[in-house]
Amino acid sequence: MRRVVFALLLLPAIAGAQALVTRDGVTLTPAQESRAEAVGDQLRCLVCQNESIEDSDAKLAGQLRGIIRTQVAQGVPDRDIMKFMVQRYGIFVLLKPPVSPLTYLLYAMPALALLLGLAAFCFGRPRPETPAPLDEAEALRLKNLLQ
Amino acid sequence: MSPLRRRLMFGVPLALAVAGGEGFYILLRRMQAQDYDPHALPSPLIGKRPPAFALPGAAGMQGFSNADIAAPPKPMLVNWFASWCVPCAEEAAMLGKLAARGLTIWGIAYEDDAADLARFLASNGNPYKRIAADQQGTTAINWGVYGVPETYFIDRNGIVRWRYAGALTDDVVASTLNPLLEKYA
Repeated sequence: MRRVVFALLLLPAIAGAQALVTRDGVTLTPAQESRAEAVGDQLRCLVCQNESIEDSDAKLAGQLRGIIRTQVAQGVPDRDIMKFMVQRYGIFVLLKPPVSPLTYLLYAMPALALLLGLAAFCFGRPRPETPAPLDEAEALRLKNLLQ
Repeated sequence: MSPLRRRLMFGVPLALAVAGGEGFYILLRRMQAQDYDPHALPSPLIGKRPPAFALPGAAGMQGFSNADIAAPPKPMLVNWFASWCVPCAEEAAMLGKLAARGLTIWGIAYEDDAADLARFLASNGNPYKRIAADQQGTTAINWGVYGVPETYFIDRNGIVRWRYAGALTDDVVASTLNPLLEKYA
């Protein structure tokens, strides 16, 4: 009986231990882990270039995941973690490019395309042309035909 | 339909298509001339000194720190390589030629094993005046290295002027490295 009580007392401790997530050598609480994943999802893996750091199997991506998780555990804000990566790898590391003179055209494109489309629509639509007024002979002929 | 509108409806799409075609043509021409590589990433280190580091030597050679490359007597290259990297072996002959020309090249062995490194240097030659070992790859991350080989051109003031990712070829040396050596001589 005492053993059972002891085991039951230990249960919450076991549950707590299981809740911690270890990935890339860093152990975090589930909340910290989801924060780390959210940061990693926004960063491009430099080796495969079209996967996020979270999705990539490349060794460098694993090292960067470890760095993100270490910084999350230290309480570094997300913005500063992103800054750490941009300082090393440039803005290419961001899967969502920041708004900067280099990307103005990129972000203006949807509006520009819409304007261009509207212009083409308004300008290119065939408008019915009003026929020239009838001259005297034509008016006479029409009058005769209608009679 | 007025003649002006008819002309515009024909001319505007035609002009756009011509401009697009011209753009793609220039892009492809520059790619062919090795003047533009869509996969190349601009290094944030360009125009700056490399971040602080101090790495031990490898293969019986002296290691180095950022202070050692802060003011080289003449422009030099820092070449990141590894014995396990296939393009590094292909690049070795080119580095040997450059070293023979009198260019100072220091190497950083990226996540390498001492025995493998010794074998690599024995079979491919050793163009390096110094070799440092970045066993954990942490200095590489601070430099923004994303693969090996990578070559950094460092001027007399210790400032990084150029980064090339991939094996150096005759074309790259002729089109970029030689002009840089002349400019910063």
